[in-house]
Amino acid sequence: MLARLLLGLLMMASATAALAAEPLALPKAKGGTTCVEAPAVMRRDHPDMLKHQRDETMRLGIRGAKASLKECVACHSTAAADGAPRRVDDPGQFCQSCHAYVAVKPDCFECHAAVPGQKTAGGAP
Amino acid sequence: MTQLSRRQVLLASGAVLIVSAAEAADSQSVRGQPASSARRWGLLIDTAKCAADCTICVDACKAEMGLTGHDRPLTDAQYVRKVNVKDPASGHTHSLPVMCQHCAKPPCVDVCPTGASMKRADGIVLVDRHICIGCRYCMMACPYKARSFAHEAQTGQQPHLPRGKGTVEGCTLCVHRVDEGRPPACVEACAAKAKGAMLFGDLKDSSSDIARRVAREATSRIRADLGLDPAVRYQGI
Amino acid sequence: MVKTRYSEVKAFTPGWLALAGGLGAVIVAALGAVWYMEHNGHWVTGMTNQVVWGVPHVFAVFLIVAASGALNIASMGSVFGREPYQPLGRMSGLVAVALLAGGLAVLVLDLGRPDRLVVAMTHFNFKSIFAWNVILYSGFFAVVGVYLWTMMDWRMKRFYKPAALGAFLWRLILTTGTGSIFGFLAAREAYGAAVMAPLFIAMSFAYGLAIFMLVLVFAGKTTRRPVGDDLLARMIRLLGLFVAANLYFVVIHHLTQLYFAGRGGVEAFILAGGGVYTTLFWVVQVGLGGILPLVIAFAGCKHPPRRRAVMASLLVVVGGLAQVYVLIIGGQAWPLDLFPGMETWSSFADGRIHAYVPTLAEVMLGLGGVAIAAIIVLMFVTVLRFLPDDMGSMQ
Repeated sequence: MLARLLLGLLMMASATAALAAEPLALPKAKGGTTCVEAPAVMRRDHPDMLKHQRDETMRLGIRGAKASLKECVACHSTAAADGAPRRVDDPGQFCQSCHAYVAVKPDCFECHAAVPGQKTAGGAP
Repeated sequence: MTQLSRRQVLLASGAVLIVSAAEAADSQSVRGQPASSARRWGLLIDTAKCAADCTICVDACKAEMGLTGHDRPLTDAQYVRKVNVKDPASGHTHSLPVMCQHCAKPPCVDVCPTGASMKRADGIVLVDRHICIGCRYCMMACPYKARSFAHEAQTGQQPHLPRGKGTVEGCTLCVHRVDEGRPPACVEACAAKAKGAMLFGDLKDSSSDIARRVAREATSRIRADLGLDPAVRYQGI
Repeated sequence: MVKTRYSEVKAFTPGWLALAGGLGAVIVAALGAVWYMEHNGHWVTGMTNQVVWGVPHVFAVFLIVAASGALNIASMGSVFGREPYQPLGRMSGLVAVALLAGGLAVLVLDLGRPDRLVVAMTHFNFKSIFAWNVILYSGFFAVVGVYLWTMMDWRMKRFYKPAALGAFLWRLILTTGTGSIFGFLAAREAYGAAVMAPLFIAMSFAYGLAIFMLVLVFAGKTTRRPVGDDLLARMIRLLGLFVAANLYFVVIHHLTQLYFAGRGGVEAFILAGGGVYTTLFWVVQVGLGGILPLVIAFAGCKHPPRRRAVMASLLVVVGGLAQVYVLIIGGQAWPLDLFPGMETWSSFADGRIHAYVPTLAEVMLGLGGVAIAAIIVLMFVTVLRFLPDDMGSMQ
């Protein structure tokens, strides 16, 4: 926890030093630049979208909505050299690079899978 | 003997019916619509077809839910288990799978302080792990010992089943499959690899196989005396 | 009538520093234990999917139950008009609040997700007795806080009686709620009885008074404030009465259980063949914590009152911890009966007695709760006038 905090501070300091330059080099999403909304909207509103959706899906059973953590992971995870998927919350990966930059710890991946699901035979209709 | 084989055939055909998803168009949840209280998902388990040494449903559940375990039987999660029952008077023994019974009046939901333990409109009882604080009162209240506590940090989760340290979990009736119109993993595996002892369906739909069998044949529930109205019914217990 | 004078305890004396340092060390060790348990997860504790509540809950329930009982001295003075107890009202309220804080700290720090305490404070399921307890516990702080205010601020004097009555009723409801946590569990054969609520109230009377007497004697001795023998003798008799009430409800509970044929198994387990639980029940809970204090209180024990007060109180505390242990852990050790009348076995420990061995970390967390309660009392008697200069020696 402390290490994380220090790391966050360190990254903030280095980012401030670099200033105007592009602060983060994020892995590109698989599906292009606009998934659910424009990047600016996503950056600002994705926590609310996810939180809203989680209650709708989990408690009411509404499926197939636009915002879905599963889809985030599916689209934003990258593959290592050997083809194995990398966790989106690994350092330098999509979620973590930004969250480290703003020093906010996402709680999602303590429970949620941080790599896309393997395609099972048959699959979903 | 003829009686048994007739029932076996009947059940197998029922299972095939579900697996082939002929009813899928009807039972699949509508995209963007909440689960409906017009449905009540349930199971009917015929213990005559359940062999004591068979754990196909248990294994299927573990694979489906990503329950890897840590070789610690007292703290590892088990969503479904095979319980062996012996009558001490006669020595007669039988075996049956026990999972969350998805009660209509679930004590786990009543006692949960935050409302994390919840029942969906279609009767599926779930733990909302976003607001579960890990107090384990639901585990104290459940008469079926259906719930487990995640005693350690978890890895290898399936995308459809988030699970993590410090929260309570249990059988979801494979809600992720049910919403896609597919039967729970245990039911599918039992039909495909074992004797098809488990039947899944909508208890409120009088035309469904499960509702018809419940209307026609004698079924019972574990600890029916507690008045919890479980959605899992058994035959031969 | 002599006007009671109150004064603060002098801070930073060697004894004060030693006590504060010692308690601080216990709290630090307890926090270390919490970090260890929460970092690794609960598998490093003795708790399992079978015995889901362990030693932390024993300490938590003991402290919470004792908290409401500790308020009785104040209630005796204000609600029931027993003047000798009135100078001790402030102290009684303080000990009550401190015990509750210590108990709740243990309860919260044992949660699977203690970081989500705010969730417990913002999401309420009003059908849950647990959620009601969250409200009752928070309310207890407020109600006793107001009560203390009316005791300590002369301008608030006119609210003294209603505040006292309010606090007394609140504490009865609170302990009813705590007992109902177990009373409302239909499927657990060891609980699931309405007698749990009055039993817990009787327990709280006994534990709370015992702890209060220990605090009183200790504070009197260390701060050189005379404690009256008459007052102590009175309190010992009262303690005897509470212990008898506790025993009475225990007897009623077990008689009822024994009468129900279906509960014969769990009763045979607790009362006869349950190993450590049976020993704890008969030797520690009933013998040391029940019969012996009664002997000390009523059978003409010749020791001076202070000695008798300390002996009886310590015995009640030890017996009380055993009682809560047998109740919470013994009750869970007995398996759930999915198929009454049948023998069962499975990979998930169905149909067999569940083992539980507490770990050091759990015990440390429990002791941490005791230390938290103690340090709260120490800090408040140091900064505010809680302790009377003379504790009943003038009557």
